[in-house]
Amino acid sequence: MRKKESIDAGAQTAARNRRNFLKVSGLALAGSGLLLASCDNDDDGYMNPDDVFDLGSGDVGVLNYAYALEQLEAAFYTNVLDGSYWAGADTEEKAILEDLYNHEVNHRDWFKAAIGANVTNPAQRLPDNLEFDFSSVDFSNRTSVLQTAQALEDTGVGAYNGAGIYIQTPLYLTLAGKIVSVEARHAAAIRSIINPTGDFKAFAGNDIVDDNGLDAAYTPTKVFENAGPFIVTPFTYKNPMGS
Amino acid sequence: MNIIKFLDEFTTDRLQQPMSSRREMFSQLGSISKKAAMLAVPFGLATAGNKAHAQDVGDVPAIFNLALTLEYLEAEFYMKALESPVLGSTGKAREIYEQISKHEDAHVAFLKQALGNGAIDKPTFDFTVGGNFDPFMQNTSTSMDTAYTQLLILAQAFEDTGVRAYKGQAANLIGQGELLTAALQIHSVEARHASEIRRLRGLEGWITGNTTGIPDLGVEAANDGVALVYEGEQNTNQGGVDVTTLGSSDPFSFESSTQAYDEPMDGQTASTIAGLFIVS
Repeated sequence: MRKKESIDAGAQTAARNRRNFLKVSGLALAGSGLLLASCDNDDDGYMNPDDVFDLGSGDVGVLNYAYALEQLEAAFYTNVLDGSYWAGADTEEKAILEDLYNHEVNHRDWFKAAIGANVTNPAQRLPDNLEFDFSSVDFSNRTSVLQTAQALEDTGVGAYNGAGIYIQTPLYLTLAGKIVSVEARHAAAIRSIINPTGDFKAFAGNDIVDDNGLDAAYTPTKVFENAGPFIVTPFTYKNPMGS
Repeated sequence: MNIIKFLDEFTTDRLQQPMSSRREMFSQLGSISKKAAMLAVPFGLATAGNKAHAQDVGDVPAIFNLALTLEYLEAEFYMKALESPVLGSTGKAREIYEQISKHEDAHVAFLKQALGNGAIDKPTFDFTVGGNFDPFMQNTSTSMDTAYTQLLILAQAFEDTGVRAYKGQAANLIGQGELLTAALQIHSVEARHASEIRRLRGLEGWITGNTTGIPDLGVEAANDGVALVYEGEQNTNQGGVDVTTLGSSDPFSFESSTQAYDEPMDGQTASTIAGLFIVS
């Protein structure tokens, strides 16, 4: 029997422990109380109370999964554009971050429309207003903002790359492809501007592209390890592949 | 018919000839497109006599051989760029090209390994497109500035093409598990490259409408090739939804709406673009 992973992405404890996040280069990435548990099918009910939303499987699961990540990114850049770092940033950085905000809001609203039109059972649609907690980000601080942006963009790329195998419908795979390459363009730009006089190879650095020239492809577990600390609303992704 | 035979058929006879006049080059491109169109398929560069239903599910070796062709093209381009005097011995542009070169070499090796005996041989490339360009400054009369400009333009066109070509094949790899994942992983690396090269040229890392960001190259076939790289990027209809109608604020402007989605390119178009640089 296939072993399934149960992920409680926005565990309540995560919210409470938010201020205790391990700081990695000024960025909260790990150390959350995120509940990650593996369990057999028989245990699903135990591990996941019925009142916690599950993203689902196959196409529906990926639509909801991507919608959650796009909601997260859109919320993050909304905060960035409301923050004092952005207000005083140089022209290039300001323009890039504004573009990223525009793109992520567009993606978010596209997923909302697509899910509304294609997921026939409203109970299977991810809620529109996930709650996030960005208290670990200092929106007045350039490094804090850009490192978080980089982490979110790289995580987005890895999430889409890893989720391709869950998609059953060609149209959705192509649509995911249309979005993931834009996320990768974002990631490269952010990586490039973080340290303008430093590592000129950072846009596709060895920390994110492996020796085979392959970008990240993350499991949902890994994605929620990275993004979970920002997500307050709990949900699970018990069986991405389905069947 | 393998991909090289496919490419050969519309390149060897024509592109080997000197292409001095704009009119002549244009007619060659037109002929290439016509031939490509006749062989057209969703992406059926597969074996001759392949049945339509076989193409529907995706011919994995053909898909990977198209990818390998593009990677051969890129790998040789960056290798020659780094061997040329154009990038100097140090500096930002050189480091960017070194990193991209490393990835393209790795992609070639990866795809060759995946294809095994089915891998096509490396074609012979001509990055001057019949002597019209000199990105590696092989001719002493070419200025460094001119060569550098051409070097960046070609990189941008190759990377943006790569992104679109992989994207165009992704849906044909549904059900292929790790092969699909690997193709997606290469796809997003190409997008990182594209973003960086575009920004090195002073452009945004993303594509607005079908704007090329590339000036008139003075050679009609080359201009047509550049236009092909970006044609279709102006699409705003995503899965039946016109994303410009989702709202009225900046995120839903035509500019934002086209930047936010990269568009796929079919195998025929990708082959036509690669074919401009293939001698045999």
